Amino acid sequence: MPTFVYMTRCDGCGHCVDICPSDIMHIDKTYRRAYNIEPNMCWECYSCVKACPQNAIDCRGYADFAPLGHSVRVLREEEKGTISWKIKFRDGRDKNFVSPIRTTQWGSIPSPAQLEVPSEKAMKSQELAHEPDALNISGGLPALRPDQLKQEVV
Amino acid sequence: MGLFSRRKTIHVDSDVLVVGGGMAGCGATYESRYWGRDLKIICVEKANIERSGAVAQGLYAINCYMGMQWDENRPEDHVRYARNDLMGLVREDLGYDIARHVDSTVHKFEEWGLPIMRDPETGRYQREGKWQIMIHGESFKPIVAEAARKAATEVYNRIMVTHLLMDESKPNRVGGAVGFNVRTGDFYVFRAKVVIVCAGGASHIYKPRAVGEGMGRTWYAPWSSASAYALPILAGAKMTQMENRIVLTRFKDGYGPVGAYFLHLKTYTENAYGEEYESKWYDHTKELVGDYIDRHPVPTCLRNHAFLEEMKAGRGPIRMVTKEAFQDPHKETVGWENFLGMTIGQAVVWASQNIDPKHINPELTTSEPYVMGSHATCSGAWASGPSDYAPDEYQWGYNRMMTVEGLFGAGDTIGGSAHKFSSGSFTEGRIAAKAAVNYINDLRNEQPKVSERQYEDLKQEIFKPLETYQVGRNEIVAGTVSPSYLLPISGLQRLEKIMDEYVGGISSHYTTNEPLLTRGLELLGMLREDLNYLGAEDLHQLQRAWELRHRLLASESVTHHTMFRTETRWPGYYYRADHPKLDDQDWHCFTLSRYDRKSSEWEMEKAPVYHIVD
Repeated sequence: MPTFVYMTRCDGCGHCVDICPSDIMHIDKTYRRAYNIEPNMCWECYSCVKACPQNAIDCRGYADFAPLGHSVRVLREEEKGTISWKIKFRDGRDKNFVSPIRTTQWGSIPSPAQLEVPSEKAMKSQELAHEPDALNISGGLPALRPDQLKQEVV
Repeated sequence: MGLFSRRKTIHVDSDVLVVGGGMAGCGATYESRYWGRDLKIICVEKANIERSGAVAQGLYAINCYMGMQWDENRPEDHVRYARNDLMGLVREDLGYDIARHVDSTVHKFEEWGLPIMRDPETGRYQREGKWQIMIHGESFKPIVAEAARKAATEVYNRIMVTHLLMDESKPNRVGGAVGFNVRTGDFYVFRAKVVIVCAGGASHIYKPRAVGEGMGRTWYAPWSSASAYALPILAGAKMTQMENRIVLTRFKDGYGPVGAYFLHLKTYTENAYGEEYESKWYDHTKELVGDYIDRHPVPTCLRNHAFLEEMKAGRGPIRMVTKEAFQDPHKETVGWENFLGMTIGQAVVWASQNIDPKHINPELTTSEPYVMGSHATCSGAWASGPSDYAPDEYQWGYNRMMTVEGLFGAGDTIGGSAHKFSSGSFTEGRIAAKAAVNYINDLRNEQPKVSERQYEDLKQEIFKPLETYQVGRNEIVAGTVSPSYLLPISGLQRLEKIMDEYVGGISSHYTTNEPLLTRGLELLGMLREDLNYLGAEDLHQLQRAWELRHRLLASESVTHHTMFRTETRWPGYYYRADHPKLDDQDWHCFTLSRYDRKSSEWEMEKAPVYHIVD
């Protein structure tokens, strides 16, 4: 469903402009607030809705197949590591869901540059970074023999 | 160049240039740093890598995981599965290569913080199906992007790469890429020793079922604009299996995924009258494809085929029987969270139409076609295979190097390696990056030569739609209709209509033939000429203009490939009505094309398929 922005909540911070994968959240030059410039290129991915610090962005189902009166609201809390959803049906019923989003601290992934420098031999092998250890198997990286690949219909 | 002569040109030289920061691009960036500690590694992305590519919205499953640590599957099992699903034709060397590495990728994802569900009884990852594991993947992309950002020398967001540059000191060698910043309008010249194309596949080359405001509700992201194909095609790289477009059976209107429903929730389909229908079409399908229909699991395209035939017979809508499964509260939660994690729009459709699958069996539909290299399909560039076992015909240098020297690819870009999905695309990025670093080390200090002339000519071409618009706009009072320019949306809709009507889209039940394809090519040719008159009002529209050009090139490629393969290999994906049967005698092979930039001609050829036979 395409997004729209509530005039009284948006403060024009631009987080949605920065995150939108489709480049369709722009700042209106007159009102200095964000709006969806191209609803027909909106994937309803909710990236902007989740990123908005003012909860100013919502979605209204695509007019060509979604009847009015519904809502799907979201609250993404990075510190808590959760995402919460509230679905409201056209007839008023609702459903709520909460899921984890991350099990580690944001920013905690080490750079591969911090790892031990790989050897010349490793450079020429078929193994990728963290292998074979990260495969959690014994016997090393699996491989085919060249003669296992043949040209015929199977 | 008149109006825009004062436009800033920014030069960025690097060793490794990764084009596109989705799953494959993040994998390539990460791995480049591991093997190339002193290298300058640049990742360029059209949007913002925090939420870009097909996984921007999140995922609820990782569809490619072997589980070798628990003896669940071996890489060769996955090769056989992908081959079976693609009706015999996959690059088994590439598929095996991804399968043998993919588990280490997934284990890193978990270590980095991706919540992977566990089976409470076995303690292993929760399986959705034989190859799929279930995740809470709302932040899948931000997590993976964090790893890439830590690894890159610099990530350039909001730069649309339009063309690759060629090395002028050596024929058929890549030298970098050019593009423009969608916010500032600056022109970027990236000179690099290797380029790894990790851009997106193609949505919106066929007319979508949704119209008007809902046009963006395509199954694949609307920002997947075929750069994965256009960039290598323009550089003269050989492409393979471009006819192998994919059609998805999905929940109606929202295109919500069905994988978890079939595999984990054990829901099933029935026609409007409550009948099982797939078995009814068995004999008919066997007539077309022979014993491929007897394989297990039944290939995705053949299941689509039964669905389509049942619809054509007037017994639609086809529904997913959810009422039984959804009585279990756990399954109900999984069913909804599955959408909220990756296709929120489907939850919206159901909420808006009062569809609670606990009480109503929801409708299914088949989507418009898409071109991609990472799902149950394998369009893309023809790439060199792994050096330890790939047959000679699949090996001409470094792993995942295309037929252009120094040009690598991964994810949607690389053809023949179906069923890689998110984890496999990241893994393929890693594979390509290690090979690319080896290539750089072997080059020593050799630098690609890119003349000012080369990139200045491209600059003129890239920004031309802004000028065309400004000049033409003064001719008319107001509105969108001009005799002097075509807006990107108008060009896009013409492209979608041509592909739909002539190259096997929804309106013809995915059916085409040689006369239709011939006419389609004529119309695509006129569209190509007209795209010289694209008018862009602003930088956002300039991005749309270049996305359209990329989509057109991919579409021409799809049409030539479809014309070349005179059989119907994947009924349910598309039909050659003039060659309705699968023909293993003549077509148990890959189709290859090469586009000549100077003559605008396409050359077609066949390449052999090698199988693991034991």
